[in-house]
Amino acid sequence: MSGDIPREHALHLLREMLRIRLFEEKCAELYGEEKIRGFLHLYIGEEAVAAGAMQSLTKDDAIVATYREHGHALVRGISANAVMAEMYGKVEGCSRGRGGSMHIFSAAHRFYGGNAIVGGGLPLAAGIALADKLRGVSHVTACFFGDGAVAEGAFHETANLAALWKLPLLLLCENNLYAMGTALERAQSETDLARKAAAYRIPSTSVDGMDVLAVEAATRAACDAIRAGAGPQFVELRTYRFRAHSMFDPDRYRDKSEVGRWKERDPIMTFTAFLRGRGDIDDAGLDALRKEIESEIATAVAFAEAGQWEAVSDLTKFVYSERPLAGRAS
Amino acid sequence: MSEKSYRDAIRDAMMEEMDRDPNVLIMGEDIGVYEGTFRITAGMLKKYGGKRVIDTPIAEAGMVGTAVGMAMLGLRPIVEMMTMNFAIVAADQILNHAAKVRYFSGGQVDVPVVIRGPQGAGVQLSAQHSQTFESFYAHFPGIKVVAPATPADAKGLLKTSIRGRDPVIFLESAALYGMKGEVPDDPNFTVPFGVSRVAREGSDVTIVSYSRMLQMSLIAAEKLSQDEGIECEVIDLRTLRPLDLEPAYASVTKTHRCVVVQEQWKPFGAAAEIAASITETVFDELDAPVARVTGEDVPMPYARNLELLATPHEQHVIAAVKKVMYANG
Repeated sequence: MSGDIPREHALHLLREMLRIRLFEEKCAELYGEEKIRGFLHLYIGEEAVAAGAMQSLTKDDAIVATYREHGHALVRGISANAVMAEMYGKVEGCSRGRGGSMHIFSAAHRFYGGNAIVGGGLPLAAGIALADKLRGVSHVTACFFGDGAVAEGAFHETANLAALWKLPLLLLCENNLYAMGTALERAQSETDLARKAAAYRIPSTSVDGMDVLAVEAATRAACDAIRAGAGPQFVELRTYRFRAHSMFDPDRYRDKSEVGRWKERDPIMTFTAFLRGRGDIDDAGLDALRKEIESEIATAVAFAEAGQWEAVSDLTKFVYSERPLAGRAS
Repeated sequence: MSEKSYRDAIRDAMMEEMDRDPNVLIMGEDIGVYEGTFRITAGMLKKYGGKRVIDTPIAEAGMVGTAVGMAMLGLRPIVEMMTMNFAIVAADQILNHAAKVRYFSGGQVDVPVVIRGPQGAGVQLSAQHSQTFESFYAHFPGIKVVAPATPADAKGLLKTSIRGRDPVIFLESAALYGMKGEVPDDPNFTVPFGVSRVAREGSDVTIVSYSRMLQMSLIAAEKLSQDEGIECEVIDLRTLRPLDLEPAYASVTKTHRCVVVQEQWKPFGAAAEIAASITETVFDELDAPVARVTGEDVPMPYARNLELLATPHEQHVIAAVKKVMYANG
């Protein structure tokens, strides 16, 4: 890690990673209490990716994410209240309880999901980028997707279209080495994923996704290139999830020793050590930071608990732009 | 009014809407330089330029997903499918994304995308180029499904599709592209969704259909009138989603007999949905079970004799009408 980062910004990065970690740990706990149901995909271990990659995006840029997107939403500025209430299925949730954990969505934040089909968000992101380009605005669309998505046709069609049309699209591949339970080398003929994007003439780099500063630097360079008119850029973020794929996953496909080795590179632990070494933070500071975040999350849980269920009469609201015609009683 | 072909009515609808609203654009395979496999987009690239008439690679999922993303931002893309058979390649983007993002986001985005193209059998294109898709798409909440039977409806319904806020599957009958009919010239002429029409009045049997099968049903109705003195009332549904069966219920209340006609496979098809709704709603009015006329349950064969056997024809409608009248001897 390089040492020239301003203290204020360094603490911001730490804070964002810790917010994700503590939020996700609370989600796991709430899942055990059956407060959160359905699928729940935790981002624990991968925090440096969302926290670092989001730094070079402005509020006018757009984001398309996957079903493992709570962290991205929080860093984007969607309130923990709205995200937690969504997971509770309450009407105060950002998607009014219709989406759940996999469909965190906030058009006001230009955060277009929360998409639960592997690779499915990629063409959407290309369309958002194309719309911005056609309107002559210089916004970037950042699309997060996993290593598994690179095996999907949607990735290849999107990469081709983006390069062909020079779209302002930032392709952020969160390579955590497993497509659900299938290891990268069992799923990809070419495991160097940056080469796949490069085949479409998209400038491509790979970076240590456990190092928040490296993530920030690589994505900032890619963003700058897009804003300078260089067209789409691909950044592979080499990371690892510490938890199972979802709460239903018994995690039998990975050696405990492998998980243990990656945990030694915990992005929050290593960055905290780096900041301590620089004298940016001490035990008291860490304790205060943690308490502040725990308070934010406790507030979010209370908000979700106090939330309302959507009115029964509104079950079919938002299927179409208008309410369906009243049918005959049958 | 002007006499126009179904093909020209579709082109007119798109060009009028592109003139009216700069957010409308069209994308698809070979629609620009090539001017469209069925010449629907002839002249459009020259008039509107490459930013609004966008040639795409052969990448249906990519192009539809791109259009959905653009629609979420307020543009109004029309995606031309070379044939609707190829749209299946983009089914994930249509059914998992376009149809659902409004709902799963709690109503945060409009998705004004129109996916249109030809479908249907009749010119020996065999199994992968002869299908019809209304039953498939109409199963899913979140999309609207349109199947016009006349040039005027093709124009008016397409304009409504383009002006709307929801994803629309606009199914054109390839066999009707050359069909001519009177079309209003008023650029504000539109046809609303979910309003079926009585295409022919009659008192003996109600025939319910849409798209090309509607035209075939009208021919059958004329033959029945001339040869048998049986007067059929023919209902044109125009849109399958939303589905307006009120005129059908009213007609069955008058005729007490009903035949539903669709081009393709019987199992789980549009005719089954329509027949079930009629049975549920006006059961007491029926003097015979609702009959269905459908295609044979096979992938479309190439050979002309087999293709003819696999698709419904006037005589099938005539036989079904006689059956519900218990008039088959």
